[in-house]
Amino acid sequence: MPEILSAKEISAAIDRMADQLAAGCPAGQPVAIVGIRTRGVALAERLKTRLEKRLGREIPLGWLDITLYRDDLHELSASPVVRQTKLDFDPTDLCIILVDDVLFTGRTVRAALNALYDYGRPKAVRLAVLIDRGHRELPIAADVAGLRVETARNQIVDVLLAETDHEDRVVLRD
Amino acid sequence: MAPAKPEFQWTRRHLLGLEELSKDEIVHILDLAQGFKQISTRSIKKAPALRGKVVVLLFFEPSTRTSMSFSLAAQRLSADVLEFHSESSSIRKGETLVDTARNIEAMGVDIFILRHPATGAPQLLSRSVNASVVNAGDGEHEHPTQGLLDLYTMREAKGRIEGLKVAIVGDIAHSRVARSNLWALTKLGAEVTFVGPPTQLPAGLAECGAKLAWDLDAVLPEMDVVNLLRIQAERQGKNSFPTIREYSRLFGMNAERLARCKKDVLVMHPGPINRGVEITSEVADGPNSAILQQVANGVAIRMAVMYLVAGARGK
Repeated sequence: MPEILSAKEISAAIDRMADQLAAGCPAGQPVAIVGIRTRGVALAERLKTRLEKRLGREIPLGWLDITLYRDDLHELSASPVVRQTKLDFDPTDLCIILVDDVLFTGRTVRAALNALYDYGRPKAVRLAVLIDRGHRELPIAADVAGLRVETARNQIVDVLLAETDHEDRVVLRD
Repeated sequence: MAPAKPEFQWTRRHLLGLEELSKDEIVHILDLAQGFKQISTRSIKKAPALRGKVVVLLFFEPSTRTSMSFSLAAQRLSADVLEFHSESSSIRKGETLVDTARNIEAMGVDIFILRHPATGAPQLLSRSVNASVVNAGDGEHEHPTQGLLDLYTMREAKGRIEGLKVAIVGDIAHSRVARSNLWALTKLGAEVTFVGPPTQLPAGLAECGAKLAWDLDAVLPEMDVVNLLRIQAERQGKNSFPTIREYSRLFGMNAERLARCKKDVLVMHPGPINRGVEITSEVADGPNSAILQQVANGVAIRMAVMYLVAGARGK
């Protein structure tokens, strides 16, 4: 199983993502970070810490469960588990940094945008992902990516994070 | 994003009662309802999970709160909702129910929500139509979503079900709410005591795992939850106790009785309450009352149930 990012490289990638996001945030623009469950949440937490240091202010954090917004609900053999969304702030007029681990077809991001808009109307939405693996099926692109990697469509990218998987590692498997 | 452990798979196309559910299935619904509850708190109180599905409320008994709760729950999931209310007592034959349902189903229906005065009507319907069937109360048999919302409310307030001492007070013999509560509570490890006049406490219920008590005051001090059943005024004259006043004196929840309970006792009632009969206004509107939380939680529970049965391709 080829490793495409080590723990050290993941940390460096998140640093770079925070740099780029900080540079793209005009002073005075209220920002919030929203992670897409499950691994987008751990990444969002790590980005929040780094971004707060760079911007010198506190940034609210929330997370979205997008299950009810999936476009394949009617095709699945059983209803997938719905977990809680936590958005303690109104996203209206904020710049929302949407965070996920892997950007693939773009369908999860489409669902997340619809879910987010049911909470309010953000000023802008930026997409930050750790891995952009290509094969988009929708007109969606990452504003910031930790790593852009070429993959075959049937390969699987596993992002393992200490918060959920006891280690930091990204592997590409067939 | 492969899940770390295999997720629980819900396979039932119908929800007919809680007696047939496993502990895991009940816990799954309660957990899921948490995710649905927060939809009711945000600016756009709607999610698209059941978009394009049709939910039909078939109510052969009067109901305000349950039918509104199901209707709102279905609409919050973006389903289209049709309502059929028949207060007519002549529609009691199975054939009529099945014919009615089949005719409506021909218009393209995904879920029937059925309330019916006859025990077993939801089972009959589930065998006769292709759509999913959710029991919204059948005779004196079961009212599963009420049982689930009661458990959800208890778990939310107490943090657990296991080990809770729960008194269910009133006309146990005729109560589908009491039965659904009993099945779910005992499966999850609570201790249920049925309290009521001897004429309304069938002895057979002890075999189902409940304790029986005739004296409310004797059991009150040890209870974590007191769930008061509605005295059915429409049964006036058929009630098996002498007067409403006597019932109220022996089994009504009032300030004096509340003072003898644990400080954090949870007082519940499936509604609609008869103020001054099962419960005084002071208690119903007081800090121990969970009556309005029950109503709010009912919507989340019904969203979870419809979401699950709509997605199941199993049995």
